[in-house]
Amino acid sequence: MTTDHYVILSAILFSIGVTGVLIRRNAIVVFMSVELMLNAANLAFVAFARQQGNLTGQTIAFFVMVVAAAEVVVGLAILVTIHRTRRSASVDEPNLLKY
Amino acid sequence: MNPTLLLAATNPGEQIVFWVCATLAVLGALGMLLSKKPVHSALFVAFTMINLAILYVSLQAPFLGMIQIIVYTGAVMMLFVFVMMIVGVDASDSLVETIKGQRLAAIILVVSFAALLIGAIINGLQGAAAPSLDVANTVDGGNVQGIARLIFTDYIIAFEVVSAVLIVAAMGAMMLTHRERYRPKPTQEQMSRARFQRFAATGQLPGNLPPAGTFARHNAIDTPALLPDGSVAVESVPDPLQERGDTRAPSVEDITEVAEISEGESVVIEDGVVEDLGDEK
Repeated sequence: MTTDHYVILSAILFSIGVTGVLIRRNAIVVFMSVELMLNAANLAFVAFARQQGNLTGQTIAFFVMVVAAAEVVVGLAILVTIHRTRRSASVDEPNLLKY
Repeated sequence: MNPTLLLAATNPGEQIVFWVCATLAVLGALGMLLSKKPVHSALFVAFTMINLAILYVSLQAPFLGMIQIIVYTGAVMMLFVFVMMIVGVDASDSLVETIKGQRLAAIILVVSFAALLIGAIINGLQGAAAPSLDVANTVDGGNVQGIARLIFTDYIIAFEVVSAVLIVAAMGAMMLTHRERYRPKPTQEQMSRARFQRFAATGQLPGNLPPAGTFARHNAIDTPALLPDGSVAVESVPDPLQERGDTRAPSVEDITEVAEISEGESVVIEDGVVEDLGDEK
């Protein structure tokens, strides 16, 4: 299997993640789409690590996973707080600031 | 081309793994995108991540494959599901477009973006044959040791920063979800007093309700418990079932049997074994 197969798969997954962020309204699903994009980037890192024949790409992918875990924790905490005050998980609800 | 590189590039096992797992991963991602309920989305993403873990292992990154399963499917996605339990599982998407034509514009944009990316990849990589990581994975004694050497030598500063990020994230989550208590927590004594005052005012019993099905032939939730004197405790059936009228009437045999037991008579159990409960009193 050549590297470009893996990188094309990564690009497809990333595009699906972008679509999810753009068209879904539920904040939790938007978060999952962001996670999918991070995973796609990780796949590209791991594929290029094998292409280059050293482990640097895998190390970077490891750091990406750690940062993604931290990001999920803070993001979900913000979601829980928003839900507590506004009783909603939709990203369209906070547009009331306009009025 | 080097014959070993050619061998690595056309390994049939890896091809099968790639095509199966890549298809399933894309299907899982599409399922995430298209399913109405967020719980289904979470399960589809977990499925995609397991497939990506298999791909990592076939890309000679066994450590990352394991971490992917443990951290992503085990911790991150389950955290998503937990938060869904708090926020409400039935919070499905509204189909109203806030910005007119946003969905169509998003799809056109994403399709052209994907075409751009894939075109650039095919153009740039030109089917570059992958050299294997066999050397890098054995020079330190293994994949884990190799990654560990890189983390603790070349990337030590990044590692320290990331550890700080993790601690700050944990503290931030605690800060964000913390709720200040405005009135003091009621003590056990106060709660007990309130229970007995409620008993004096409304006649609601202060003790536990008998659980449904006690002493009855059915232990289903709709069967009222029988009190030791053989009377029926209607309040042992949960209120919603009582309101719907779904309470099962206890059988006469149950009531007489409980009455006989409490009077100390010997009772014949159905399979013929005689138990003389009266002697044990």
